Amino acid sequence: MTRTEGMLFEPLSDDPIAAAVHDFDPAAIAGGALARGELTLEIRPEAIVAVCQFLKREQGFVRLSSITGVDRHPAEPRFEVVYHLHSLQPERRLRLKCRLQGEAPEIDSVTPVWRGADWYERETFDLFGVRFRNHPCLRRILLPDDWEGHPLRKDYAITGTRV
Amino acid sequence: MLLNMGPQHPSTHGVLRLELELDGESIVDCRPEIGYLHTGIEKEFEVKTYQQAVTLTDRVDYLAPLSNNLCYCLAVERLLELEVPPRAQWTRVMLTELTRIASHLVWLGTHAMDVGAMTVFLYCFREREEILRLFEMFSGQRMMTSYFRIGGLALEPPRGWRERVESFIQTIDSHIDEYEDLLTENRIWKQRTRGVGQMALEDLLDWGVTGPMLRAAGLAWDIRKAQPYSGYERFDFEVPVETASDVYARYLVRIAEMRQSARIVRQAMEGMPEGPWKADAPGIVLPDREKMKTQMEALIYHFKIVTEGFRVPAGEVYQAIESPRGELACYVVSDGGPKPFRVHLRTPSFGNLQAVPAMVRGALIADVIAALGSVDFVLGDTDR
Repeated sequence: MTRTEGMLFEPLSDDPIAAAVHDFDPAAIAGGALARGELTLEIRPEAIVAVCQFLKREQGFVRLSSITGVDRHPAEPRFEVVYHLHSLQPERRLRLKCRLQGEAPEIDSVTPVWRGADWYERETFDLFGVRFRNHPCLRRILLPDDWEGHPLRKDYAITGTRV
Repeated sequence: MLLNMGPQHPSTHGVLRLELELDGESIVDCRPEIGYLHTGIEKEFEVKTYQQAVTLTDRVDYLAPLSNNLCYCLAVERLLELEVPPRAQWTRVMLTELTRIASHLVWLGTHAMDVGAMTVFLYCFREREEILRLFEMFSGQRMMTSYFRIGGLALEPPRGWRERVESFIQTIDSHIDEYEDLLTENRIWKQRTRGVGQMALEDLLDWGVTGPMLRAAGLAWDIRKAQPYSGYERFDFEVPVETASDVYARYLVRIAEMRQSARIVRQAMEGMPEGPWKADAPGIVLPDREKMKTQMEALIYHFKIVTEGFRVPAGEVYQAIESPRGELACYVVSDGGPKPFRVHLRTPSFGNLQAVPAMVRGALIADVIAALGSVDFVLGDTDR
C-alpha cells in the first residue's frame, strides 16, 4: 500500500469517495489503494470515528458490513483493523484500514456510528486482542471469558501442549 | 426475573443462549450469548492450502454449504484473476439456488413447528430430502458437498442429472402451494406472526441485518441483482419485497424467494451451455485423471497441487454473495504464498442475530420464539 503525507496520490484523486474524505480531513488519510475494483483507504486511527461519521452521514454508507483484523506479525505496525462499508444508494463498497502498533493495540469504537459494530468489535477484541475504547460492553464473544490469549494472532500456536 | 433460554432450548436450533430479563411475561432485556459452536475455522484457513480450505467452508453454514463454497471460490478466483467456464458458472447458479430452496425449507419447517404447526415440518423435509439426494448425486455428499472448487467444479455433472433436477423442479411449485395452504391464511399462524418482531428498516440497517429480513421491511436489495456474480446478470428473476417488517412478512418473502429460485433453476437447466466444467489453468486446477496417468507434465502438476498447493498473488478481496440468510462475504488476504494469510467470513447469521434484543424488547416470551424463528440463523454460521 502506498503511503502519502496529507496528499492524495495520483490513482486515487479521481475517486469521488477518496476525494470527499480528503476534503473532509486531509490529515485523516494515511494511504490507500484501488485494486481489483475495490477501494481501500488507510485512515489514521485517531480519525476513524470522525471519518466513519462523515461517510455515514454525508456519503451514504449506511451499512457497516463487517469489522475484522489482520495480524502482520512480526512487521510493525503489527495490526490492521479492517472496516467494510457499504452504501445502497448508489451501490458501492469501501474498505477502511487502521494500522495499530504493539502488543496491546487500542482504537476508538465506532459503535456510536453504527450500533451493529458492537459484536464485530467484540469479536476483533476476542480473537486479536484489539481494545476498542468507548465500547458499551467489551468482553469476549466467541471464546469463554477465562480464555488466555487471542487465537488469530500469528504468534498464537495452534499445535502442541500448553505449559 | 432472569431466565436462561438455551443453550439447549429447541427453538434456538443449535446452541444459543438468551439471557432474558423478565417482568412477568414480558421481556425487559435480552442478551444473546454465542460462541458455543466456535471451532476456530478462520484460524484453520491459515494452515490449509487454498484448495484444501474449500472443505472448511461447508462446515460454516451447514444448511447452505454450496453458498459458502461459492463465496470462497469466487474470492480466490478474483485474486487469481481466473475465468471460470460458462458451464461451471451455470451449474453453480443452479445448485446454489437449490441450496436456497433447501435452506428455506428447513427454516419453514422448524419455524412453523416452533410456533405450533407440526405438519409443515414433515412436508418441508420431504422436499428437502430430494434436494439432498440431488447433491449426493452431484458431489457424493448430502451435506458437506465441497462441490465447487477453485476454477470450476470438483467433478463433471453426473449422467442423468437433468432428468432428476427436472422432475424435482416440476413439482416444487405445487409443493410450495401446499405449504401455503397450511399457513398463509391460517388464523392461528397469522395471530402468532403478524405484528410480531417488528423493526424499522433504519434500525435493521444500523444493526447490520441483511437478506430476507431487509426485503420484508421494504428494501429491494439483493446482491444477486446489485452486484451480480457467477453470471446472475443473465438470469431473469424478481426480488420479492414486503413492507410490514414482521414475522409474517418475512415468511411471505422467503416463500416467494423459493418460487423465484425454482425459476432460476429452470432457466439454468434449459440454458446450460456445453463445454468444459473447469478452467484450463494448469498448476491451479487438477488435471484429468486420464491425463495424469499418461502425461508426465500433468502428473507433475497433480503432484505439486496436492503437495504444496498453488501460489496466489498478494492482495486482498472482499467477495459478497446473497446466501439464503443474507450477505455472506469472504475477505481473503494473500501474501503471495500457497496458504491464505487471513480469511474472514462475514456471515449473515452473526449480523442478523445481533438485532434480536432490539426486536424482542417489550414483547412476550412466546413472541421471542416466533421472532427468533424469523431471523433464520444457523449457529455454525454465527460462531464459525
